[in-house]
Amino acid sequence: MERFLEVFFAPQVFARYAPDVLYAMMTTLWLGLVIILAGIGLGLVLACLRTAQCWWLTLPIVIFADVMRALPPLVLILIFYFGLPGLGLTLSGPLVLFIVLTAVLAAFAEEIFWAGLTALTRGQWEAGRATGLSFFQTLIHVALPQAVRMGIPSLVNRALAITKMTALGSVIGVKEILAVSSSAQAMSGSATPLTMAALAYLAIFLPAVVLARWLERRFSWRV
Amino acid sequence: MTPMLEIAGLEKNFGDVQVLRSIDLKVARGELVFVIGPSGSGKSTMLRCCNRLEEPTSGSIFIDGRNIMNALSADLNRLRLQTGMVFQGFHLYPHMTVLKNVMLAQTKALKRPKAEAETRAMDMLGRVGLAHKAKAMPTELSGGQQQRVAIARALALDPKVMLFDEPTSALDPELVGSVLKVMKDLNAEGMTMVVVSHEMGFAREAADRVVFMDGGVVVEQGTPDQVFGNPQQDRTRAFLSRVTGAE
Repeated sequence: MERFLEVFFAPQVFARYAPDVLYAMMTTLWLGLVIILAGIGLGLVLACLRTAQCWWLTLPIVIFADVMRALPPLVLILIFYFGLPGLGLTLSGPLVLFIVLTAVLAAFAEEIFWAGLTALTRGQWEAGRATGLSFFQTLIHVALPQAVRMGIPSLVNRALAITKMTALGSVIGVKEILAVSSSAQAMSGSATPLTMAALAYLAIFLPAVVLARWLERRFSWRV
Repeated sequence: MTPMLEIAGLEKNFGDVQVLRSIDLKVARGELVFVIGPSGSGKSTMLRCCNRLEEPTSGSIFIDGRNIMNALSADLNRLRLQTGMVFQGFHLYPHMTVLKNVMLAQTKALKRPKAEAETRAMDMLGRVGLAHKAKAMPTELSGGQQQRVAIARALALDPKVMLFDEPTSALDPELVGSVLKVMKDLNAEGMTMVVVSHEMGFAREAADRVVFMDGGVVVEQGTPDQVFGNPQQDRTRAFLSRVTGAE
């Protein structure tokens, strides 16, 4: 037991690296928030564009969504970070992480919103149009609010999963939780910083999961 | 006096299938025209052409003397305000309260100020006997109540014609009466109405004219007494005996 505590909960190592890990938590947190906002926003816009049903809009959106959902995000991250400089385009680690994870979340979000929109009965659109609302007004006031509500459970799961993928930033030098604690582990020779990483992730994601449950309840309605 | 609604030479094809073949129909101001016919006879399609939810293949639709077939999309949205439509499936917006359902198109399509739209919505809900349900969600209402809210939603836009597409077909029998009563009151107050329905008793009682359609054409029309009491065409007689025989 003593040995276990010494490996995973060494107090002096804990104290030594706590500020670094706390700082890294902030990085993970704001990266996660920015990615969620941008990814879901972009996904919403793409799903709306798809309702126009012109093939030259739909085709690129479907290709984008399928490719982004099929590729492991790490592959894209490595290509962007190590490949693009060969074309003279050097992007910082956090920026690459932001672009790739936003794109992946947008792809999933677009599919979730689109599924919600297609699940809507034709009658909802007809009721809107028959009362003189334009296509766009019907989309905004009638169709989208319902599609969003239907999508919230899957959307929340996706958003959490994507935020956890910020840990992939550790391979391209983004100073987020995992990167900071694994380098602390290497320096100190103790596994304690990894415990700290786990605690830090819990501190962020447990409240997020609780919030997610609340959101799901808040936005469900009896049918 | 120009008719409130005039359908002239209306044709509609779905692919190779000709659903409507040259329909002509005039509906006078304040008239209640009842459209009956077997399923697949094109009566719903004809009704849905009147606000271009269904795009006619050819022909003209005049609402209060204006041909809506000439209208471009922005114009069409405005013209649709003149025709209120009530659907078989109600199609209330499930994510909004009853009050918001009746207010939405008023504020967004008619651009009425919010306070005015709310007053108007409460008036209309009162008219269909549901003012006390203004704050309820549609799913908390019975089918008959939902349909009356749908009628209030259409009426709040001050339409010139009301189109009813089998308004009671999805209702439990004991809920039909409340909806029919609202429709009867509406007509008594002078609303022009076209009703596609199988409620023959209501047609006898309230209709000014009954139109029998079959195979995409108007086969016969006249007063309820003429059409029900003394049908001239074989197809009308066959349909009526099937319907009344089934009852």
